[in-house]
Amino acid sequence: MFSYYLRLAWISILRHWGLSLLMICAIGLGIGATMTTITVNYLMSANPIPHKSEQLFYVQLDSWDVNEPYDDGLNPPVQLTYTDSTNLMKANKAFRQNVQAQAYGVIEPADKDLLPISVTARANSADFFAMFDVPFIFGTAWSEQADIGKEQVIVLSKKINDQVFGGENSVGRTIKFDNNIFKVMGVIDLWQPKPLFYDISTGAFNESEDVFVPFSLIAEEKIRRSGNTNCWKPSGDGMAAFLAGECVWTQFWVELNSEQEKQDYMTFLNAYVEEQKQYGRFERPLDNRLSNVMQWLEQQEVVADDARMMMAMSLMFLTVCLLNTIGLLLAKFLGKAPEIGLRQALGASKATLFSQYIIESACIGLAGGLLGLGLSFLGLIGIENLYGEYMQGLATLDLTMMVLAIVLALVCTVLAGLYPTWRACNISPAQQLKSQ
Amino acid sequence: MLETGLIIRALMRNKIGALLIALQIALTMTIIVNAIFMIQDRQTKMQRNSGIDEDNTFYLTNTIFGQDYNIQAALHTDLDTLRKTPGVIDAIQINAIPLSGGGWSSGVQTEMGENKDAIGTAIYMVDDHAINAMGLELIAGENFSATDIQWRKSGQSTWPSKVIVTKALALSLYPDDWHTALGKTIYISQNQSIEIIGILKALQAPWNGWDGVERSMLVPFQMESKGSRLFIRTEPGKRDLLIPQIEKALAESDKGRIIRRLRTMEETRERSYQRHNATNKILTTVVITLTIITGFGIVGLAIFSINRRTKQIGTRRALGATRGQIMRYFMMENLLISGVGIFIGCIGAVGLNMWLVKTFQLSPINIELILFGIIALFIVGQIAVLYPARKASLISPATATRTV
Repeated sequence: MFSYYLRLAWISILRHWGLSLLMICAIGLGIGATMTTITVNYLMSANPIPHKSEQLFYVQLDSWDVNEPYDDGLNPPVQLTYTDSTNLMKANKAFRQNVQAQAYGVIEPADKDLLPISVTARANSADFFAMFDVPFIFGTAWSEQADIGKEQVIVLSKKINDQVFGGENSVGRTIKFDNNIFKVMGVIDLWQPKPLFYDISTGAFNESEDVFVPFSLIAEEKIRRSGNTNCWKPSGDGMAAFLAGECVWTQFWVELNSEQEKQDYMTFLNAYVEEQKQYGRFERPLDNRLSNVMQWLEQQEVVADDARMMMAMSLMFLTVCLLNTIGLLLAKFLGKAPEIGLRQALGASKATLFSQYIIESACIGLAGGLLGLGLSFLGLIGIENLYGEYMQGLATLDLTMMVLAIVLALVCTVLAGLYPTWRACNISPAQQLKSQ
Repeated sequence: MLETGLIIRALMRNKIGALLIALQIALTMTIIVNAIFMIQDRQTKMQRNSGIDEDNTFYLTNTIFGQDYNIQAALHTDLDTLRKTPGVIDAIQINAIPLSGGGWSSGVQTEMGENKDAIGTAIYMVDDHAINAMGLELIAGENFSATDIQWRKSGQSTWPSKVIVTKALALSLYPDDWHTALGKTIYISQNQSIEIIGILKALQAPWNGWDGVERSMLVPFQMESKGSRLFIRTEPGKRDLLIPQIEKALAESDKGRIIRRLRTMEETRERSYQRHNATNKILTTVVITLTIITGFGIVGLAIFSINRRTKQIGTRRALGATRGQIMRYFMMENLLISGVGIFIGCIGAVGLNMWLVKTFQLSPINIELILFGIIALFIVGQIAVLYPARKASLISPATATRTV
């Protein structure tokens, strides 16, 4: 029966080709627009580290001005002061912990034929690599000892290792970074989490860093720090005064393996802040936060407003296309009233008629879905071209999205077809036959 | 107007079809009015004047890595070389570039001390050539003199005693009359006093999405820093020729640094507003496609309803209705359906706008746009129904006598 209905549907679609084409185009456009925006939202809100996102926590402490609360008191500052993050680091209360900041500098290759390279750097602790599952090609992370001993060690990205050492295993060799000699501990493979969850303070979709160096070298002024710096109280001159000041520019992550560990860590944080209050700091009410990766990305609103707004728009767009389809299907099916009346008179049950017309709707939906899939490919290419770097890697259809496009088209059209089909099935045969 | 009653009665017999079209028109109106509103909003933002001579300016990043490097001497040499290059109007060292997205800001206040209201402003550290090198317009007061310029060590927390502010910043500090800002002493870092010696017509901050984008301040500092930018203004038409020439000259004159990221102000503006531009293009596409889809939907359903009523139309024609009357009937029918749709659409448009205002901090919509939406959709409806209505008017009166 199914193949017979398919054939009937095909004949009917061909007979009213104009109307059918209009419906397919409408559904195609609706699905195309919706899928394009859904994909962008889906990729923006993707979990960058699915197997561990529940164990990694970003720490926030409210060290801000009591008179002018940060973010109107809704959220504590996005980053921590140097004092707090180094204190937390020393306390060593979590399974793993990492203090980090952005840095930059110039690498001078030993090979005099090569030009100096300006690089972005991350100053972080030893645990960074294990916490975030950074993939190594050569060597390993530096040790905790290196952090404490302020050793001049470095981990290179594949890109820099290729440029400076021609892609060879460079572990144990030295490299001149900002006039200091660093020992290469490891080389990591291409690694580009999207979003760049471990640091979204200067943009959630930036490129990962070129090199990684111990955070403790910042205080030694061996590394130049960069990134977002926010102060509510003026600090004095010089590095020491800056580090002791109330400026937030460091980020702190912990890895905690159970709910119990999380609660214990929270208790520890609260106790820490209470203790600091005795020194006249933390005048604001207690507001410490531990956010896991996805909570953190949500709090920081990583999905751009534009993307969300476009998705809302495209869903309304799809609704218009579906209203269009309902109207056209209604027109089409009611136009067949005499035929339906005849079939009913010849003994076709309502169920048969119903499945026949639903199948016809589904066929139109499928065709619309395929067209929509093609259009969303084009749409995503267009978006990538229009937005440039910002959307790089955020505009690709994966299998999930392709299946979703087809399913969405089918579901929508079948739903749109329900009312017209129901009307068609309820045509009274007598009246139709009489008027013939 | 007897006909209107007739049309309504006929419409009531096929409520769903008419309702579907009305709903479509309503949603279309909701979307396009808001989309156009957002497009206009972005366009206004993009048209704001940065205050700079954007056509003839560019900049580069100078990253120093050499050991025992004399930063002060090198900067003097660089600026000298640049200012003497034929075709260059002027050049300065600067800490941040307007509209580039990265820069410095600080709070300034009219009263000294903690817990006073501070107004955020972008900080540009420049020397006395800045006004000429950026092509700014000084509308009150005077420029820095060469002796005002101080060296700033990295991490230094003290400020020079004189500044030049934009008119927008002056107005924020002295809301009654920006003229009065001239010569006033304001405070930075809560208690360091600085004097306003000049007021600029305009100079935008590095962040185009910031609501204080018009608030900027020139501070007479030369930075003794290993990373800084040089900003260069050329004579009209000579910019593109000079960029590679200057890059080469600077790179070769000194091997202890890297000259990179040469970028024109034009390109900076383009990059700065790239997302605005992209969003606008997408919204425009949405508006156009949606209008077309709705238009075709109207055509499709009208043709269908005319096909169904072929016999009735033939009968009316046989009874003496003119072609014009038949056409008018369908045009009028569309007008009624559109009217209902547009009415719902007005409510929808305002509703969606209210949601957008709440969720995305957009500004409320203006009434002109809604009026525009009303007129535009009535016209779209009438144009869409033109072809089916004409087709109906061509139905021959003889049809009435045929069966089916």
